[in-house]
Amino acid sequence: MRPFFGRALVALLVGLLIAADALAQSQWPTPPATPTPSEQISGPLTGGTADHTKFEILQRAFATGSDVTQACLSCHTETGRHFMRNIHWTWEYKNPATGQLLGKKHLVNNFCTNARGNEGMCAQCHAGYGWKDENFDFSDETKIDCLVCHDRTGTYYKMPNSAGSPACSVMFEGKPEMNLSRIAQSVGLPERANCGTCHFNGGGGDNVKHGDLSSALKNPPRTLDVHMGVDGLNFACTACHITNRHLWAGSRYQVAAKDLEGTGRPGQRRDVATCESCHGLSPHRVDSIASFKRNDHVSSLACQTCHIPEYARGGVATMTHWDWRTAGKTRDGVGYHEHGYIQGNGEHRYTYKSIKGTFTYDENLVPVYRWFDGQMQYTTIDTKFDIDRQPIAINDFSGHREDGRSRIWPFKRMHTWMPADMGNGTLVYTHLWGEDDDSYWGNYDMGRAIAAGMKKAGLPYSGQYGFVETVSYWPITHMVAPKEDALGCESCHARGGRLEGLDGLYIPGRDHNRWLDLIGLIAVLGTLAGILGHALIRIVSSFRGQHS
Amino acid sequence: MTIRRVKIFSLFERFWHWSQMLLIMILLFSGFGLHGFHHLIGFETAVTLHTLAALLLLLLWAFSVFWLFTTKTWRHFIPTLSGMWQVLRFYSYGIFKGEHHPYRKAYWRKHNPLQALAYLMLKILLFPLIWITGLAYLGYFLWRDLPQASDWLTGFAYVHTGAAYAILVFVLVHVYMLTTGHSFREHLMPMINGFDDVDLTPEEEAYLLKDEPENIR
Repeated sequence: MRPFFGRALVALLVGLLIAADALAQSQWPTPPATPTPSEQISGPLTGGTADHTKFEILQRAFATGSDVTQACLSCHTETGRHFMRNIHWTWEYKNPATGQLLGKKHLVNNFCTNARGNEGMCAQCHAGYGWKDENFDFSDETKIDCLVCHDRTGTYYKMPNSAGSPACSVMFEGKPEMNLSRIAQSVGLPERANCGTCHFNGGGGDNVKHGDLSSALKNPPRTLDVHMGVDGLNFACTACHITNRHLWAGSRYQVAAKDLEGTGRPGQRRDVATCESCHGLSPHRVDSIASFKRNDHVSSLACQTCHIPEYARGGVATMTHWDWRTAGKTRDGVGYHEHGYIQGNGEHRYTYKSIKGTFTYDENLVPVYRWFDGQMQYTTIDTKFDIDRQPIAINDFSGHREDGRSRIWPFKRMHTWMPADMGNGTLVYTHLWGEDDDSYWGNYDMGRAIAAGMKKAGLPYSGQYGFVETVSYWPITHMVAPKEDALGCESCHARGGRLEGLDGLYIPGRDHNRWLDLIGLIAVLGTLAGILGHALIRIVSSFRGQHS
Repeated sequence: MTIRRVKIFSLFERFWHWSQMLLIMILLFSGFGLHGFHHLIGFETAVTLHTLAALLLLLLWAFSVFWLFTTKTWRHFIPTLSGMWQVLRFYSYGIFKGEHHPYRKAYWRKHNPLQALAYLMLKILLFPLIWITGLAYLGYFLWRDLPQASDWLTGFAYVHTGAAYAILVFVLVHVYMLTTGHSFREHLMPMINGFDDVDLTPEEEAYLLKDEPENIR
């Protein structure tokens, strides 16, 4: 028997060593850094079958982007129809659960407040041409902007759709001339920079809004984002946000907060962009007790919670506070701005602008952690709120341990003092951009800008404006760190850890019953005291015994 | 009746006792680390140690239960009131007077009544409490989606912690007891070499001498 056991034991140990070695080499599931950057990896369509430089229809001069679009549509005959259903075109999303109309067309946020009424400026990021007021024709396929997503030269840009006040329009002067013919011939699958044109600049600047989407992701090192890293996987956005007929997977309005399905078979599951859709429901390879326990966490923790230890990394700051109350100050009658923050990559950021107010930035931020069921709820222009109960959540979300859909997610929390209708207790549409005298970015008269904005939208306005304290929450899901930088156990399994104050679950190391610990400690210390006492009496009595 | 040195703790019992001791030490140390009482080892190491030691201990218990029943040695753990009063009186009074321990080990009964009761409580109350709650904790992934799973887990965690305190109290008293009666060494040695002074009936003595001469000196 003995030699058998001995041999079995040796075989087992050798097997374990080989397995451990193989693991160390493959670094599963995190790929190692590669020295030679590859092309950005897009979705399933990676590997095009057409060279657009050879297309005759593109070998001419184009006067406008819309002319290019017409050329595109002459071959991609169904694309216009497909495209017009997506949110980049409609700027509208109807929440199936609440019936609320969301999307940039309707929402008020606590950054530049509202796109509605300011389309001349804001619709620069609309994937179309010429939306400057309510008269835009959403059924005109020729107005689709194909190039903003498909330009591969990096030279394409769009100007605001209307001129705006001279005070602001100067920002756009002196842009280099575009060669639309060259751009049209360059088209290909979108790269990070294409999506980033708008998504990195939400809220009016680089990384201002989301905190986890910044220009640092155009060419990020693997350490900033393990998927997008140019020295690693080099994923384009569409590698995860896969498309089907120009509809994208992954929605901010309705997040899949807890994926119960994981990876699908080929051809299945083309509607989600969750971590699980690639990594499955047991993402950690079970090669140790700890990794087994880590897989247990998947039911209550979003992957992002541990794998994005900080956001606004990579040298680009995000805005954390915005105070509209200080907007409108002028020097010698003209607006001005102040630099006051130098971010990680050395660039200066404005901390004050007459047109917007005071800003606070921060980098490498620890998120706020909350139970999240994926459903964001919005305070829209129609919502009446109690102005005495501030801060008002511009968007909030629900979630609880018990609902079966929630997990703990990381969020960026934005804090803003912003204009509101104090008489009616509602948010307001402020008319910021325009050539007229009512636009705030020209006259610095908030009351007038609100009155104009509300009138334009046909909404009631009490005439009393003021400023309310608001917050908004932004689920953090990008800037996934390599696994070696993921949070360790002690980040949460400790008193005063990251999940301090989050209820609905028992966390060893954080949680304990005070009474139980008190009774337990009294029992242990009491026993020790009893033993000591007993021993002392024994010693004393034995001395006495010797004396007598 | 003669007192002879007889092997009362078999090799398995001694192995069982000491490996159990080691595992319980590891469990107490890592467990109170997980609980946040000390940070001498990292949380991940503590989880690994705690889980491994727990699984090994469960395996050991499975073996020992099997062994106890096949060798019928489970009878040593049956509680009795006979002699209990004298033992209690000894520890709380007689011991200070230098009296001798009132209990003499018998071949069929190697624990005094207090010991038997204490070990029995440990076996049928504390150990099951801690391993049932511990297994529930370890297997949380199997039932985490049931309603109120989190509340149940909290309950299990409390019972588990409570049982751990009780086991620590047992360990303290158990070790202290080695210093009572005879000497520390005399209490310790039987659990090392297996032999202790036992009061044998003539029949037992005759049997041992004839059939198991290696177990009697």
